[in-house]
Amino acid sequence: MKTTSGWDANLAAEIIGRHKNTEGPLLPILHSLQEAFGYIPEPAEPLVAEALNISRAEVHGVVTFYHDYRHAPAGRHVLKLCQAEACQACGSDALAAQAESKLGVKLGETSADGRVTLEPVYCLGLCSVSPSAMIDGRIVGRLDAKKLEALIAETSR
Amino acid sequence: MSAPTGSLRVYVPGDAAAVACGADDIAKTIRDLAAKKNVAVQVIRNGSRGMHWLEPMLEVETGEGRIAYGPVEAADAESVFEAMLTTGGEHKLRVGKPEDHPFMKKQTRLTFARCGIVDPRSLEDYCAHGGYRGLNKALAKPANIVAEVTQSGLRGRGGAGFPTGIKWKTVADTKAEQKYIVCNADEGDSGTFADRMIMEGDPFVLIEGMTIAGIAVGATKGYIYIRSEYPHAIDVMNDAIRAARQGGVLGDKVCGSAYVFDLEVRVGAGAYVCGEETALLDSLEGKRGQVRAKPPLPAHKGLFGKPTVINNVLSLATVPIIMDKGAEFYKNFGMGRSRGTMPIQLAGNLNYGGLFETAFGITLGELVDDIGGGCFTGRPVKAVQVGGPLGAYFPRALFDTPFDYEAFAAKDGLIGHGGIVVFDDTVDMAKQARFAMEFCAIESCGKCTPCRIGSTRGVETVDRIMKGIERDKNLAVLTDLCNTMKFGSLCALGGFTPYPVMSALTHFPEDFGGAPRLEAAE
Ligand SMILES: Cc1cc2nc3c(=O)[nH]c(=O)nc-3n(C[C@H](O)[C@H](O)[C@H](O)COP(=O)(O)O)c2cc1C
Ligand code: SF4
Ligand code: FES
Ligand code: FES
Repeated sequence: MKTTSGWDANLAAEIIGRHKNTEGPLLPILHSLQEAFGYIPEPAEPLVAEALNISRAEVHGVVTFYHDYRHAPAGRHVLKLCQAEACQACGSDALAAQAESKLGVKLGETSADGRVTLEPVYCLGLCSVSPSAMIDGRIVGRLDAKKLEALIAETSR
Repeated sequence: MSAPTGSLRVYVPGDAAAVACGADDIAKTIRDLAAKKNVAVQVIRNGSRGMHWLEPMLEVETGEGRIAYGPVEAADAESVFEAMLTTGGEHKLRVGKPEDHPFMKKQTRLTFARCGIVDPRSLEDYCAHGGYRGLNKALAKPANIVAEVTQSGLRGRGGAGFPTGIKWKTVADTKAEQKYIVCNADEGDSGTFADRMIMEGDPFVLIEGMTIAGIAVGATKGYIYIRSEYPHAIDVMNDAIRAARQGGVLGDKVCGSAYVFDLEVRVGAGAYVCGEETALLDSLEGKRGQVRAKPPLPAHKGLFGKPTVINNVLSLATVPIIMDKGAEFYKNFGMGRSRGTMPIQLAGNLNYGGLFETAFGITLGELVDDIGGGCFTGRPVKAVQVGGPLGAYFPRALFDTPFDYEAFAAKDGLIGHGGIVVFDDTVDMAKQARFAMEFCAIESCGKCTPCRIGSTRGVETVDRIMKGIERDKNLAVLTDLCNTMKFGSLCALGGFTPYPVMSALTHFPEDFGGAPRLEAAE
């Protein structure tokens, strides 16, 4: 998973051009930008606005509305812990506390050394094998303290 | 199939629930072992049968049918493979024939008829298992599709339970150059995964259902809006759409007919409210996912202002079997105004979690105690949330409630998308009420004050109650807030958040510092 990458106006323009002529192109463009850069770089917003003939404020409004879009690069690893009801029923609170104390960050924060971002997620559709997590895009079910310890160790690599 | 004849067919689910429990590694191990032992093995990444406590559940094809083993962990892979080589031989993890398992035998699988059985990426396999029979019957009498779907009694499986046929009729009757079919695959409710399972295990049934919808109402283009939390479903759906185009069941001449229909997957961006149909349409258009005021209905002015059918994955995936077997067949299952079957999702603290499709009418108690086997922690069940984060918490005293839209509404609850989340007696219901308010605050689209502000006030009020600060006064404030949200919100996010909150308060007052209710304590 790419998490950081320098701003590249040409790449951004190429991405925008690729989706520009589809119906409702804004979300596909933002998804591709985030995939390429690891977040939505601010200088991309006016480029998108111009290409789609909408205001910059409108683009910014969309970027900030959706939880998925990042405004800054994430850590090198992203650990998401499901905090929704089916996972709560199986002990997700204690697992979140464990991760927070071991990593020294709260849910929603990135460690100071840029190593890891810890995030809550509200359901991964793995509610029958809960609690669940996602690490760098990989899904993990039947999470327990021991498995979480291994995921935390993975984030130091 | 392309594999050499005489090769052993081994099924290792590619369903996310199996993958999350190690299925990808096991598939690789099986392939490696086969190469090492020099035996011809074809590994098929099927969907899940729905017995999720047995995942990863591997199957091998034998002369007597498929024999399953599970749950297979990495350490068991080699010995299970050995057992498979002796045509389904003994092993401590041997399940036997999946269809003979009591959990499967008690079900009526209509929507999920093929899930876990077929290779989800093979159109050929889909057709060999009854796929496209519904569409071919629809093509024979296209003018009858809407009536057939209406007569089947099928109601929207996304939550609101609106009759699917009536929605389709409105779009069919609206004249326009361009119409759309939109599939709501946002499945944001905690405790639900049936949409995901269909997309990962039997994607062609959704494609077929959407195509039938297109033919019925005169739409040539469809979108499937899948939440970003479902990378596996997105992947399988995209592969299946490509295969469908290649196979001539999507595109310019659907199954050789004069009908045109094509599909595209669009990916959400992590907003629960985008499951609400009008917010979803705005999101597809590239806007903030804010709820639109109705009217106009999406059926009149939907995607890009054009008449649009928007349905849940399960609603659309049920249409092919209705067209194939007829409205009467489908309608004969169920109770009252809830016709047919419901794919119920058993989740949370249960021994036997998974997908259980059955006719409406089964009681909540049967589902939780008999089918689900109670809590895996071995503790008593205290509360069950039905219908996702906007659904009510049910105490054991209400376990005789039959699974039926009206019966649940009569108990101040809802069946929603059919998710059941079970909690044992360690749960603190005040904390659950607080979470319901918090979730509403996090996910509110911001359009109306009762939802946006009320939910934040709700969190603060529950906090005060939990701390014992002016308990009676704050309980009154909470009840008031819930009333304001219920009647003053534009959509069900703000409007239904009072369900989990008030049900927690009504059925479990002791968790809010009050005296226990007699029935709740039995
Ligand atoms: C906040 C909110 C979230 C919703 N989420 C979903 C969802 O994830 N999937 C879904 O099919 N319907 C969801 N719905 C219901 C849809 O608005 C709509 O009723 C449904 O897509 C219609 O399809 P159906 O008639 O086939 O159920 C949601 C509604 C609300 C208010
Ligand atoms: S109730 Fe909440 S989510 Fe629904 S429209 Fe109002 S503010 Fe938006
Ligand atoms: S609630 Fe955690 S995976 Fe669904
Ligand atoms: S029936 Fe299978 S391709 Fe048309």
